[in-house]
Order: sequence, then C-alpha cells, then structure tokens
Amino acid sequence: MDKTMHAIEVENLTKIYGKGETAVTAIADATFQVKPGELVAILGPSGSGKTTLLTSIGLINEPTHGKVVIDGTTVADEGWLPGIDLKRLRREKLGFIFQHHNLIPFLTALENVMVALEINNLPKNEAKNRATELLAALNLGHRLTNYPMALSGGEAQRVAIARALANKPKVILADEPTAALDTVNGKNVMALLKKLAVGNNSAILVVTHDHRMVEGFDRIFHVSDGRIADETNNLGEE
Amino acid sequence: MNLAIRDIRYNRGRFILTSIGLGLLLGVVISMGGIYRGLFADALAVLNFTKADIWVVQQDTNGPFAENSRIPEDIKYRIRAVPGVEEASPLSFQTIQIERLGKPFRFFLIGYDLNGFGGPPGIIAGRDIRQKHYEMVVAKAMKMEVGEKIHLGLHDYTVVGITGKVVSSGGDPAAYVSLADAQDIQFKKDNDAIRNDRERIGANLAGIQTLSPAQTKFLQQNITGITESTHTVNTVVARLAPGANLHEVQERISRWNHFRPLSVEEQTKILTKGMIEKARMQLGLFRIILLVISAVIISLIIYTSTIDKIKVIATLKLIGSQNRVIIGMILQQSLLMGIIAYGIGYLLIKLTYDKFPRRIVLEAFDLQALFVIVIAICTISSFVGIRKALKVEPAEALGG
Ligand SMILES: Nc1ncnc2c1ncn2[C@@H]1O[C@H](COP(=O)(O)OP(=O)(O)OP(=O)(O)O)[C@@H](O)[C@H]1O
Ligand SMILES: [Mg+2]
Repeated sequence: MDKTMHAIEVENLTKIYGKGETAVTAIADATFQVKPGELVAILGPSGSGKTTLLTSIGLINEPTHGKVVIDGTTVADEGWLPGIDLKRLRREKLGFIFQHHNLIPFLTALENVMVALEINNLPKNEAKNRATELLAALNLGHRLTNYPMALSGGEAQRVAIARALANKPKVILADEPTAALDTVNGKNVMALLKKLAVGNNSAILVVTHDHRMVEGFDRIFHVSDGRIADETNNLGEE
Repeated sequence: MNLAIRDIRYNRGRFILTSIGLGLLLGVVISMGGIYRGLFADALAVLNFTKADIWVVQQDTNGPFAENSRIPEDIKYRIRAVPGVEEASPLSFQTIQIERLGKPFRFFLIGYDLNGFGGPPGIIAGRDIRQKHYEMVVAKAMKMEVGEKIHLGLHDYTVVGITGKVVSSGGDPAAYVSLADAQDIQFKKDNDAIRNDRERIGANLAGIQTLSPAQTKFLQQNITGITESTHTVNTVVARLAPGANLHEVQERISRWNHFRPLSVEEQTKILTKGMIEKARMQLGLFRIILLVISAVIISLIIYTSTIDKIKVIATLKLIGSQNRVIIGMILQQSLLMGIIAYGIGYLLIKLTYDKFPRRIVLEAFDLQALFVIVIAICTISSFVGIRKALKVEPAEALGG
C-alpha cells in the first residue's frame, strides 16, 4: 500500500500520563491507518482513552512512544519530531470539533469561522466569502451575526463544524460532537459533518458514546483500556 | 479580524467602566502636573509681569518675595543715576486679609509709582489708576466689579480697573494701588496711635535731664517725623538701557552697602528652588504613586481578563493560532484601555482646569510625556497577561 495515500498513520502509538507508580497508560501500542475521506467512529467506555487518542493524533498531546504521520508528514516518532511546527500543522491539516462547541464567545458565528481562515492567512474578504458559504451549507445563513450565546446547541455545533472544515483539513477530529444534543439534532449534525467531510475528501475520526450515531461510518474502532480494536477489520476486510 | 476590538465590543460595559475609572486616575495625574506648572507660573507671575532687569532689595535678604525687604524709597534716585540704568521704579508689596461679604478675603497688594513701571500688566475692564489716591486696579480672580469700594487701612478705595492673571507667589490674586496709598495702608497709623507715640516720645525726652526744653522740642519734632514717615518700599526695580552690562550695574549697586541687586535669573532661582521645591517634590511623589496605582490596576485588569479568556486562548491555540495573534489581542486591549483612559483624563481636566481654585497650567510636554508613560505602563502591564496566555496549553480547550 502506498503510504502517502493515508491521511493518518499511527504505529505503536503509546501514551502514558504521569510517571512511576501513578503512571496511567491511556493508549497502548496502537497501530492503524486512515485513508483520505474515510469515516471512522471511535466507541468505548469512559476513561478508555478515546480523547487521548484524538489529542495524540491532533498534535495536542505528545505521544510517549510510537510514530504519528499526518498527511505524509511524520510529526511524532518517540515524541515530537524536533523542529516540527505543530501549530502550523494544526491549522493547515487538522480540524477539531468538541463536545461543547468551544466557539469564541465574543465573535459572531461568521467571525468564529473567519478566524480559523484568517489565522491560516486567507485575506479577509475571501475568508468572509468562504465562511458565509460554509455556514449557508450548514443551514446557518440566517445566523451569521449571532453570538454563540444566542445560538441553540445544534446551531452552535454546526458553526463549530464550519470552523473545523474551513481550511479543508485532511483530518477532522471530533470528540463527542453530538453528546450535548438531542437525537434528532445529533443525527442532523452528524449527517452534515459526514457530508461535508466526504465532499472535502477529509478523513474523519469521531468519538461517540452513542451507537445510533455510527451508521454510515466506514469503520468503527472500539477502545477499551487503551487498546484499540478495529471492529470492521475483525469483521474481515483484511 | 481584530480580536482585541471584538472582545471589547462584546464586553463593552466592563471595558468602558474600567477605562473611566482609569481615566479619572490619569486626570488626577494630569492635574497634579498642571498644579505644579501652575505653582511655577504663579510664583513667577509678578516677577515676569514687572519686566525689570534688576531687583534692588535690602542687603542680606532674598526679598521682596521670599523674605522681608525694606529700603528707603529715595534710593531710586541713586539707582537711576547708575550708568546703564534706564529706569528705576519703587514697588511695595503686602499681603492683605480682610473680611468681605462675611468671608476672609485675601489678596496681594502692589503699590507702584504711577509715573514709573511695575503697574498692572493689562487692563481688561475699566481703566488704569489715574489719580494719586484711593483708586485701585484688581486682578480678575478677585471677582470685584469696576466701581466697587473696599476699605483698607484708613480709607475707602474704588476699583477702577480689572487686570488679568496676576497673583502673588502664594497664588493670591493681586491688586494695585498707587505707591503712596500702599505705603499709607502699610505704615500709616491712626490718630490714636500717633497721639500715643508722640506722648511716649515726649515723655522719654522729658526724662533726659541734660536736654533743654528747646532741644527737647526740636528732637521731638524730628523723631516723630521719622517714625511717621512712610517713605519705605520693598524693592526698587530697574530696567537697563539697551546694551548695558547687567553685571557691571549689579557690581556698582552692591558697592553701596545696604543693598542687594538681584537679577531676574537670581530671583527666579529664589522663587522656584526655594519656595516651590517642596511642593514640586510632593506633587511629583503623588504623581509617581498614582502612576504605580494605575500600573497595578491595568496589570490586574489585563491579568483577570486573560484568565477569563483562558478557554478562548486555548481554543485559538488548538486551531493553530500563532502566538502573535494572542499577544496582539492582549497587548492591544491594554494599549486601547490606556489610550482611552488617557483621553478621558485629558478631556476631564481640559474641560475643568480653569475652575480649579489654583492655577493649572497644561503644558504640551507634560501631556506628551504622560502619554508615553501610560503607553509604557500598558505595555509592561500586559506582560503579566501575555506570560499567562503563552503558558496556556491547547489541551485546556477540551475540558468541560
Ligand atoms: N491529563 C491527564 N493526566 C493524567 N491522566 C489522564 C489525563 N487525561 C486523561 N487521563 C487518564 O487517561 C485515561 C484515558 O482518558 P481519556 O480522557 O482519554 O478517556 P476517554 O475515553 O476520553 O473518556 P471519556 O469517555 O470519559 O471522555 C483515563 O484513565 C484518564 O484518567
Ligand atoms: Mg473523552
């Protein structure tokens, strides 16, 4: 298989929090690849290591051991690769969505999306156009000038999706994006996320508690005690 | 997109209130600088308005402002005769406090030779003093009208003119009368006192057995003449002819003994170094303390507003913001707060300074220097916030 084809490559990824007696192995020896445009759901009980997996791939949490390659760029090999510009990789190649929308409270819906584009050096006008388009595609054309406080949970989460997708990232990492929403809204948000990610050819990793949300995903990872089992693989592709 | 402005726009109530508070503080700082400059201007007002080159005062004194100085009026003739002196004119100064309209009424009375100089610098209402007696020109700050009368010494004086901002070195408004009137007010005794003095001198002379009655009478007349004389002044001011050498003229007058010829430069030094140095240091100290307080407040506000934004900062880092975006947001807010507060403080004083009881002089240099200091304080104060912000981990965006 051509390695550069993968959006994410993880090899023997291990993340240990703390040292000595209090050390917690949150991710143990994970190895997998995700192709561009692939939809991966991550399921697992609380404390099993799902968030840690996302943050290790997301260049937020330094992996203790193992290798992480994002869109062909090796970012970690037994710790961060020296001299690597994590911020730049995050803004160019990654998009994040959290359980709570994490929108910036003093920016309007439009500005929250624009800020992601502007820090990626897109001129203001283009940023405005792209953000407006994206929000319209997420059925938020009428909410552009609202502050997050004035948005419903579903609307806010859709703004967060727009922000995560704004720079057409190769990888989208979503940590329980629907947990704060009711089922109807949750499904709606998930459907939009999938549609846009596929349109961008972005790989997407979504952590969820809710089995009902995983339909239509290409693969499902089950995490327990830091160990990752690729259920789809077990079901027999390879 | 400017995050600093967006944040301020969203939290404008808090921002405006803080800026107003800081503005008041900076207003006090500005006014203190103005008061100091005002002290300076007040202290030098009479000196500058008189436009003399030499102030002849009593020997061994720093008169006439800082110390009492008494010299005979007729020394003016000798001074006029000094080569290089163009004009010499006697002046008398006294501070007067009387009761007027039930309140203490304090002013600085200047007596001048109507044919000499040192009189009111400019009449803004009414006219100059024309008659030798019982006319008066007062500074505007005395709040008197032309035609009003005031009782001083043994007589009533009528205000005939109003002049501008002349004040004593202590800040009391000045009034002008003729030299003769000023001397009367200062030295002339009422009839009872004169009768008492004459009796006392008579009794003393009568006690001297060796004097004949004719001698006694002669002496009594002469002594009372001297004690009742009012021809004393506080200073004689002189102007030099063009090209005259100040030092030479000073040298000559010093040689006479009993007199000290002070140049304007020496007077300025006496007035500023001696008389307002303490006030200057005190005001300077207050200004420093207030600036330190402003710095602490700005730091505290910037720090707490950074703490309030930890999650925002973490989110920005998580989505890949450069540090300059985050530093810019904090620094710009700090600077904006400083600039707005400065503007508020400046406007406040600009609109009210002429209503202060003491003169406030706003000098461009002082205002610019304070502005630079405020900008420096804001920059330095924002460091505490920036330091905190740079330590925020992107992972902090994930919690809760
Ligand atoms: N910063 C940290 N320091 C120390 N231990 C941590 C840290 N973050 C997570 N852990 C531990 O690592 C393990 C995995 O945590 P993680 O947050 O990845 O679980 P999770 O699967 O996301 O759980 P949940 O479904 O509750 O969000 C847990 O035992 C947790 O206590
Ligand atoms: Mg989690």
